Amino acid sequence: MRFDVAQRLAHWGTATLFLVLIATALPLYLPAVAQFVGRRALVARVHLWAGVALPAPLLGAVCGPWGAGLRRDLRRFNLWSASEVRWLTTLGRRRPALRDKFNPGQKLNALFIGASIVVMLGTGLTMQWYAVVAINLRTGATFVHDVLATALVIVIVGHVAVALWHREALRSIFTGKVSAAWAERHGAPWLTETPNDSVPSNSH
Amino acid sequence: MGEPRASHERPTRVGRRVLLAMIGAAAAGVAFGARAQNAIGNVVGSGLGGLVPGADRFRIYSITSSYPDIPRSTYRLKVTGLVTTSLDLTLDDLMAMPRVELVKDFQCVTGWRVPQVHWVGVRLSDVLNAAGVLPSAKMLAFASYDGLDTESLTMSQASRPDVIVAYEMLGAAITREHGGPVRLYVAPMFGYKSIKWLSEIKVVESAPLGYWEHDGFPADAWINGSLQRIEKSLV
Repeated sequence: MRFDVAQRLAHWGTATLFLVLIATALPLYLPAVAQFVGRRALVARVHLWAGVALPAPLLGAVCGPWGAGLRRDLRRFNLWSASEVRWLTTLGRRRPALRDKFNPGQKLNALFIGASIVVMLGTGLTMQWYAVVAINLRTGATFVHDVLATALVIVIVGHVAVALWHREALRSIFTGKVSAAWAERHGAPWLTETPNDSVPSNSH
Repeated sequence: MGEPRASHERPTRVGRRVLLAMIGAAAAGVAFGARAQNAIGNVVGSGLGGLVPGADRFRIYSITSSYPDIPRSTYRLKVTGLVTTSLDLTLDDLMAMPRVELVKDFQCVTGWRVPQVHWVGVRLSDVLNAAGVLPSAKMLAFASYDGLDTESLTMSQASRPDVIVAYEMLGAAITREHGGPVRLYVAPMFGYKSIKWLSEIKVVESAPLGYWEHDGFPADAWINGSLQRIEKSLV
């Protein structure tokens, strides 16, 4: 079991909301698409509600007895060994010495997406509640929101591309499971983890 | 669950750093984004600037499902209500009136702005004078060919020299997606007041809430601390 139900729901809940956000962002942002869609009131409302709801799948999955696996994974994203940090500082040239459940690229992706949720929500709310914030700051918030949205689309496309490239790992985000052979290859003591195991300091 | 890693190694909390770094960058972006956008736009130019995410660019807010299509020959602007003479103006009629040029920033209430947009049109006050406004008049109600959008101004707001009935934008006839052939342009206010595909100006005692005002946006949509720039006027 690579991903339990809570982990998968967190992933797919967030992913679906991101897709809705991107789909509604296109007519809001690109004149060529706006021309065919229009209906700004409806599109904007869907975008706003999806945005406000964005942290909900993660928070719902993390808080509660069902969230032990996800909480363990979040610790893995956060805690990097020295050799993983070296991977980052050498821009991927030095592979980490020991294998964790996630490689540093995957960890970085998760951290970037997580931090982006915070920034996009903050700048989005600033754009929407115009009465509270001065116009120059709203212009700045729009700028950050636009640039980060572009970066997010690129990262998400990359994420999906890499996922499609690794078929068995891809299957596991749907079914939760990987074969024993895959787990062997990827050095996975966590295969035999149960939810009652206490969280290890790193690796596993 | 034995730990294969040496237990003396303290792991680095990269997650916290990534979050703080991104929030810090975002805060800087919010504070300086307006200036950055301006600079990017200047370097990249308005053509490419329309494609680059960080530059100043128009977004099109259309509230119906498609844009109205009004041929220039059939376009009419009605001026009705508390006036001496109701008018039914053609594009040629408008162009025969005193021509005014404005170069102003177009500022949306959500934040995006396009600096120094060149506009040509007729002062709204000139159009009203042609109809002859009655003393009981207090407000103006505007309607659009899209059949949905409505706006309003007070008489004193309407009498400002930077409120025009515009027929040219960015050096050419206003395109359909920007509200052409004719739209209102209210320079000192947020963009939602500048109703597109202007079809009628009704002079009234009181005007109902406009489309955007129904959503809670202020009717007196002054841009505080706006970057109003040069105004050119050819009379």
